[in-house]
Amino acid sequence: MTVAMRPNVSACPACAAGPAAEALAEQEAQKDARLALSLPTIHCAACISAVERELNKQPGVKTARVNLTLKRATIEAESDVTAQDLVSVLEGIGYEAHELDAGTLSATENDKAGRDLLMRLAVAGFASMNVMLLSVSVWSGAEAATRDMFHWISAAIALPTIIFSGKPFFVSAWSALKNGRLNMDVPIVLAISLAVMTSLWETMLSGEHAYFDAALTLVFFLLTGRYLDHRTRAVARSAAEELAALEVPRAVRIIDGEEHTVQVTELSVGDLVLVRPGGRMPVDGNIVEGQSELDRSLLTGETLPVFAEPGLGVSAGEVNLTGPLVIRATAVGQETSLHRMADLVAVAESGRSRYTSLADKAARLYAPGVHILSALAFVGWYIYTWDVRTALNIAAAVLIITCPCALGLAVPAVTTAASGRLFRKGMLIKHSTALERLAQVDTVVFDKTGTLTAGTPELTNLGDFDQDDVSLAMALAMGSSHPLSMAIVSAASAAGIKPAKLSDIEEVPGFGTQALLNGQRVRLGRATWVGATALAQTSAFLALPDGTVRAFTFTDSLRDGAEEAVQALLEDGKDVMLISGDTTGAVEALANRLGIQKWIAEALPEDKAAKVQALSAKGKHVLMVGDGLNDTAALAAAHVSISPASALDAARVASDIVLLGSDLSPIADALITARSAIKRIRENFRIATVYNIIAVPLAIAGLCSPLIAALAMSSSSITVSLNALRLR
Amino acid sequence: MEVLSYLIPVSLFLGGIGLAFFIYTLKSDQYSDPEGDARRILSDEYDDHPKP
Repeated sequence: MTVAMRPNVSACPACAAGPAAEALAEQEAQKDARLALSLPTIHCAACISAVERELNKQPGVKTARVNLTLKRATIEAESDVTAQDLVSVLEGIGYEAHELDAGTLSATENDKAGRDLLMRLAVAGFASMNVMLLSVSVWSGAEAATRDMFHWISAAIALPTIIFSGKPFFVSAWSALKNGRLNMDVPIVLAISLAVMTSLWETMLSGEHAYFDAALTLVFFLLTGRYLDHRTRAVARSAAEELAALEVPRAVRIIDGEEHTVQVTELSVGDLVLVRPGGRMPVDGNIVEGQSELDRSLLTGETLPVFAEPGLGVSAGEVNLTGPLVIRATAVGQETSLHRMADLVAVAESGRSRYTSLADKAARLYAPGVHILSALAFVGWYIYTWDVRTALNIAAAVLIITCPCALGLAVPAVTTAASGRLFRKGMLIKHSTALERLAQVDTVVFDKTGTLTAGTPELTNLGDFDQDDVSLAMALAMGSSHPLSMAIVSAASAAGIKPAKLSDIEEVPGFGTQALLNGQRVRLGRATWVGATALAQTSAFLALPDGTVRAFTFTDSLRDGAEEAVQALLEDGKDVMLISGDTTGAVEALANRLGIQKWIAEALPEDKAAKVQALSAKGKHVLMVGDGLNDTAALAAAHVSISPASALDAARVASDIVLLGSDLSPIADALITARSAIKRIRENFRIATVYNIIAVPLAIAGLCSPLIAALAMSSSSITVSLNALRLR
Repeated sequence: MEVLSYLIPVSLFLGGIGLAFFIYTLKSDQYSDPEGDARRILSDEYDDHPKP
């Protein structure tokens, strides 16, 4: 739709700013009238009401609701309101706000599975409390007709509840059996159904013992474990998706000289796309207009910016640094090299698929053991008494008393406590077995650019210059937002230097900045532009009026906590390695600075993955820490992987754990937490086993009453949960 | 023992009310923002201008 055709019905004052904005707003609008904003700084009741009041005041906004738990605002608005307007409104009243891509978020908006589990848990809790009440009366001596009535009421409550609340277990056990496997749910389902059936039979014959309460408590405890497990992962998943949603996939398409903002998915091959400084390439293509510099570090690990001019090919994911560029798209969407590399990750054999979780290992040992024991008890008692009813009762008692509920809680209770602890330290555990795998790590492989280093340059040779030169360079650097310029400005202002007075400062995209000093030309920029010879390391050159040239050299500044993390890992006895795609000199310098003995430079993405696989083949358990696209294959191949929040989406998807802050130091901590979590899990298994060793002989001997079963089950479940809480 | 004939239905009914209430809170989305709801009660704004 063109601007001219559009009737002027906009009610939004900000949209009246210009026809381009209006057209943009409309394109937006037809899709999402529902907007989401991330508000990282809100924390109190006043923040909530201030944000909501301000948003609701905006014309076109129907409702605005803040969610403090997720630190997010959801806005229902008329179609002409854009997220950008609302972001600037909120920034006006002092709250940081970022637009979130509603499409990416919608998956976690309503936690359906979690609600479903909670509902089943509530019903099981209600039923088990009531049945337990009736059972207590039976145990305290209700007899004859009264006991039968209590049993019948219990049956009436228990049967529908078990069908409703036990559904997740029935479904999971059935799918395991269909595939010819045994999982923890098979003995659970068997115990529950056998308990209910024998109890029903006993009730009909007005027998003394019924296990309705045991079956219900079992379901209740197991659902608790299931729900804890689900919550841990739901929290991690929603935080991970929020990271992804922060990168709103939009691009500026140029048609007949006019700029239109569109979704990246709408771009097609041959389109002209404008990429502003600081923007990321949305497509593969060739530069047709403009000069600039490109940061390719996320794709290749190189820190030196690449000079960009018409004719140069660019890949999706590269960052444009200085001047606006117009790109003609040659590949879009799934066809871009970014996507093709990300797809490689899915193909690569991943460390996590080879790993069997502790719970599954326990189930493999436990399930057949319990079934054989119970079958033996049945056969033994049948031969002894020739009475099916007695034999079946005892077999059911054995199945119930062996109590998979402590085993079902043993792992989720610990992982919930450990993940919560790591989450508070800024780590997001995305994969359910990531903690267990983290505990086994003996080798840590780091990527350099963007992982150990912050990706921002730092001036190294400030002391070599006299103050006038520095103040001149500073004044020139202030005319540009290039990372090297900003590094000069921050280093100079930290040294207390004032910028020199210059006139006619202008930035020449792709080359540098130039200005006049007392009518004479001075320049700060690339070597070839100022007439100098390029150096091996990252550098910028200052050309003085008299023709002399000064070289400013830079190094990549370390990420916060990088030194501490490497130090702690080395002290912990881990093998630490550095593998980077950057040049030998840069990698060696960083390795020496951090005290890392083993390093590999100029590694291609395949080299990284191959090295990780070679280490794994030697029986090492490798933790890979990386952020770029060139790391994704290695991240997927490693036993367990971590990526920082600043990493490319593809790298975050490939890794098990995401670091939310910019600090690296929690990594060493995470290894320690993971090890103590595994210790707790093993302890929990041992506690559950001890209960079984005491209770199983009683059950086999036929001495186990429903009261003893209930006591054993509850006390083992509670001990296991309390033991897990010690981790907090 | 006749007392049981109405005590048991009464106890089940009371428990059922609790369960029904919980299901209502679950259905009406009251667990999606526990932290925000805990703060909102401190502000008068929602008392003075309740949602229609």
